[in-house]
This record gives sequence, structure tokens and C-alpha cells, in this order.
Amino acid sequence: MNAICCIARVPDTATRIKIAGDGRSIDPEGVQYVINPYDEFALEAAIQFKEQHEGELLVIHVGDGDFSKDLRQCLAKGADRAIQLKPSAPVGPHGISALIAEKVASLLPATVFCGKQAVDGDVGGTGIMLAGALGVPAVAKVSSLEFTDTGATCTREIEGGTETLETTFPCVLTFEKGANEPRRAGLKEIMAAKKKPLDVEEVTAPDPKLEILSLQLPPPRPEGRIVGEGKESVPELVRLLREEAKVL
Amino acid sequence: MSGICVILEQRGGDVKRASIEALAEALRQRSAIGGGVTAILMGSDMATAAEQLKSSGADKIVVFDRGDLAHYSTEGYRSCAVQAIQASGATAVFIAATVQGRDLAPSLAGGAALDAGYAADCTDVEVDGGRVIATRPVYAGKATVKVACNSATFVLSLRPNVFDASLTGGGEAVIESADPPFTEGDVGTHVTSISDDAGGSRDVAEADVVVSGGRGVGGPEGFATIQALAEALDGAVGASRAVVDLGWRPHAEQVGQTGKVVSPKLYVACGISGAIQHLAGMRTSKVIVAVNKDAEAPIFKVADYGIVGDLFEVVPALTEAIGQLED
Ligand SMILES: Cc1cc2nc3c(=O)[nH]c(=O)nc-3n(C[C@H](O)[C@H](O)[C@H](O)COP(=O)(O)OP(=O)(O)OC[C@H]3O[C@@H](n4cnc5c(N)ncnc54)[C@H](O)[C@@H]3O)c2cc1C
Ligand SMILES: Nc1ncnc2c1ncn2[C@@H]1O[C@H](COP(=O)(O)O)[C@@H](O)[C@H]1O
Repeated sequence: MNAICCIARVPDTATRIKIAGDGRSIDPEGVQYVINPYDEFALEAAIQFKEQHEGELLVIHVGDGDFSKDLRQCLAKGADRAIQLKPSAPVGPHGISALIAEKVASLLPATVFCGKQAVDGDVGGTGIMLAGALGVPAVAKVSSLEFTDTGATCTREIEGGTETLETTFPCVLTFEKGANEPRRAGLKEIMAAKKKPLDVEEVTAPDPKLEILSLQLPPPRPEGRIVGEGKESVPELVRLLREEAKVL
Repeated sequence: MSGICVILEQRGGDVKRASIEALAEALRQRSAIGGGVTAILMGSDMATAAEQLKSSGADKIVVFDRGDLAHYSTEGYRSCAVQAIQASGATAVFIAATVQGRDLAPSLAGGAALDAGYAADCTDVEVDGGRVIATRPVYAGKATVKVACNSATFVLSLRPNVFDASLTGGGEAVIESADPPFTEGDVGTHVTSISDDAGGSRDVAEADVVVSGGRGVGGPEGFATIQALAEALDGAVGASRAVVDLGWRPHAEQVGQTGKVVSPKLYVACGISGAIQHLAGMRTSKVIVAVNKDAEAPIFKVADYGIVGDLFEVVPALTEAIGQLED
């Protein structure tokens, strides 16, 4: 069975966000973009899937940034080919999942690997929406995975506990951090990846479901204060928490 | 068509507080959005839960009660919810942004059945000229975005602990039982077991009070000190990523950009430096207390109250002082 891994491009988590002049997007100046951290786990799972099931592993990205270096990394780690779809206008999870579903139609049936969320919009929607578009089940937030003959046994963290689920392939799996140990590519693989296909295509963006009205920095927290040093300041802290903050 | 549907989440028949918050917000927005508020309850043996919500203020409670709804499945729950939403004609759907809610909500919005937009993890809802506007954090809370929906239906998941849970009450809801429209073959995933974390500890994302420890705690044993304060405050234990990466605490407790985003009433950070990724996960807490031996630690920039000192002296003293408070 084929495998598809969806890779998002996000600002590095250490980025300090600045708002652009339009008031609706971030100022890309000085921002370093990386592969979405959760997608590293999705990619590793997809590579392991490919090693166990015959088939092709396609890495797909939707976006108009320069991402070829990172996509080459994915190829070096074990993907067979990469596609970048450049949409004519910005797209969110709805549009991204629709574009991916359309593009991968010829590769089906395929099991799809995504991150649990992209750390820019923090939606956690694309994988689940893609499952709907492909008409297959989804397991979101997989934190560990074991392949069975026809599918996989997955665990995920829920509030106050852990849930174990079984799913059949094909399906969409979205990954939590720590689900596996992402591999590094060796020099030989990096060289070999230069010959693997990486296609960039322009596509028409579907109509957006949401309209962004404004993007703002959160209001700064009011200046805090140091109550004091050492355990001698504990009584004063308790008093402040009770009388001023009223949380005790 | 108008109105709001609220999808309630329950475990073992108890409706989650985060779902009550979503219901309460729907009741507050009812007149602005227009139409009624329909609550949707799915599970097994739901009669008592439905009865308890009768005087919540909702206009109608649609109950899907069947053995195979005891455990959540995206496909099963989705088919029930879609049927009830369509029958109600609602244009807004509220759902608590729990693990389950953040699975179900995009699946409702992404399907072909509802022509819907989706705003995840909202922290504010307003209605302007009949248009629902959602405010939600992005970049792990480093920014917030306001969005409106271009489609017929707007699905919103609401962040737990942000919206007031007090129900307006009044009136008596019509309880309607509905048949789940799916069969076993429609569901491709099955929950085979659920295990409670050791000691049934409270989840950081749901707790009113979170006491977190960082690398300054020194090792897994040091967390007994953190745990004791958490217990005294009836709160949950959280951790920085450094601590989780070292294997001192489980990932479920990680607070931050790649962990959980929390907004409790009180957040106590002990031995945590305050890296930008950690701050992203807790800066919306109502009150932040930091204990750190380094007066220059960045955590003090966001803390309302800081104590500079050794956490192994300060935290036990704090635990004791709180134990001595009378209620
Ligand atoms: C992609 C990415 C994602 C990340 N996501 C997250 C995330 O979700 N959550 C997160 O927390 N981090 C995250 N990080 C890591 C983050 O950058 C920091 O490395 C991490 O938060 C540091 O943890 P810490 O504060 O416990 O440790 P340190 O930075 O080592 O701080 C320890 C602190 O303890 C204090 N201390 C030491 N001993 C004592 C004592 N006895 N009493 C009192 N104070 C003491 C020290 O003064 C110091 O300030 C991420 C990093 C990356 C690259
Ligand atoms: N632009 C994109 N291109 C390809 N895959 C994406 C893109 N955005 C999101 N994804 C995938 O969907 C997951 C969830 O993203 P999101 O729904 O935006 O939180 C990510 O971890 C990726 O696996």
C-alpha cells in the first residue's frame, strides 16, 4: 500500500512573532521556517510503514515558500518523491486537505501520515479533514503505534488517561511528539536524494471557509513583581494570593 | 435557519465541565445568534445525564443512546452529530476543545455533509451584525486571530477553563431520543481499552490550578515536592519539556508549545527558566507564580508574583502555609 506524508512549513518555535502591516498575517522578516515538529514523527512512521508494506512514499506540501531543502531532507530519510503545491491564495486546513485529496487520488488506496497540528495555526484539522475527503477513518494524536497485519494498534493520550485504538488501513494517522525516534539521513542518502523527483506545481486555491479579520499580539501581562527571597517571603506570597489575586 | 448546537462530551454518564462551559456560552449567545440552543448527548445509558440537563436553559436535548456509543469513534459520533445539527438547522456548533472535541469538530466541518468552517480552540466568541466572530490563539498563544465564517455553518471548539460555566437555567428542555444513523461497518476504528493514569491524576489542561516543575527540580524524586503543593492546592502537576525529555515526567504533563496549552486560575512554575516555548503554553493563566533561584530567569517577566530562592525551601514552606489556611 502507498503512503503519503503531509508536511507543513512553520516558523521555528523560538520565533518572536511580529504582525505584518496588513494586520492579518505575520511579518516574515527574519523568521526561520522549519518542518513542523510533529511532522518529523509522521515522516518516521511513514518510512517505517513503507519498509513493511510495499508501495511508494510520497511527501506532499502545500504552500508557496521555498521548501525544497527540507523536502530533500524528507527524500533523504526515505521518501520516494516529493510534491509541493503552490496555491494561488493562502489556504487553511480545509483548502489544504482538499488540494491534497485531489492530488493523491491516483495513489489510492494509501495510508496518510500527518502531524497532530501545525504549530502556526494550531488547528489540528488537516489530517482529520483529509480522512473525511478520502472516506477513510482517522486516528488523531497517535503517541505510539504498532502495525498489525491489516492495520495498526495506536495509543493516544486523553484527559487523565491513555486510550488504545485499533484501525484498519487505509486510514489517516496524525502524530504526537515522541511517537517514535525520527532517523537522521546519512551522507549517502543525502546524495541519493538529489536524484529523487521533487515537483512543484501551481494550483488554484479553493474558496476559503474562514475570513481572517485581524491578527494581534496578546495583551502584555501586567508587570509582575518579585515578592522576595527565600522561604521568608512565603507568608507575604500567600497573603497576596488570597487578598490581591483572590485565588486561594 | 439559525440556532446553536452544543455537542456535549461525557465519560461514564458525567458531562464534562468543559462541555458545560460550551453550553453556558451558547446560552449567553442565544439571543444574538437567534434560534434555539440544542444540546446533543451521545453515549450509552444517557437517561440520567439528559435528565440532569433538563433545566440547564437549553431548548432541546437530543440524545443518542446506544451501547456502541459508550466509546468515542470519530465516524460514529460524527454521523449522529451531523444528523442532529442538520435537523436543528443550527448555523453555529459549539464543542469543548478537549481531545475528543478537537477530533470531532474538524471531522464535522471537513465532511461534505455540513458546509462548515472551523475555528479551533476559541477563547472568545462575539456576534457582530448577526455574524459570529471567533477569537483564537495561534502560534501557541504568541498571537491571537479573529475569524468569521464564509460558510452556512460555523463549527467552533471552545478552549476549556476560559468560558464561564454558569448556566442561565430557566424553562424546561424538550428531551428527544434519536436513532444513531450508523452501523458497525461504518466505523473503522475501535477503542479497545482506556487506562487511567496512575492515581487518576488530574489532567493539566483541565485543572484549575497547575503546579509545574522544570529542570531545577533536579530529578524524578524531586517531583514529590511539586506533587505535595499540587495536592495542597487541589491541582494538577505540570512539567517543562526539559523534564519530559529527561524522562522524569510523562509527556501528558508537558506544558508549552509542543505540549499542552493551559490557562488555569493559578499556575505555579518551580525551577522553570521560562523559555519562549514554555511561556506559550501558560501565559494565559490568570495568575502566575514563579519560584526560581535565578533572579534573572525570564519566567519572572510573566509572573505576577515571584520568589527568588531554592524551590526545595520555598515550595514546602508554601505547601505548609496553604495547608494551614482555613477554608
Ligand atoms: C521545537 C521545540 C519545542 C519546544 N516545546 C516546549 C514545550 O512545549 N514546553 C517546554 O517547556 N519547553 C519546550 N521547548 C524547550 C524550551 O526551549 C526549553 O529548553 C525548556 O522549556 C527548558 O526547561 P526548564 O525551564 O525546565 O529547564 P532550564 O531552562 O534548564 O531551567 C531550569 C531552571 O531551574 C532553575 N533552578 C535550578 N535549580 C533550582 C532550585 N533548586 N530552585 C529553584 N530554581 C532552580 C534555574 O535557575 C533555571 O532557571 C521546546 C524547544 C523546541 C526547540
Ligand atoms: N501546508 C501544508 N502542507 C502539507 N501538509 C500540511 C500543511 N498544513 C498542515 N499539514 C499537515 O496537517 C497537519 C495538521 O496541521 P493543521 O491542521 O494546520 O494543524 C500537519 O502536522 C501536517 O502534517
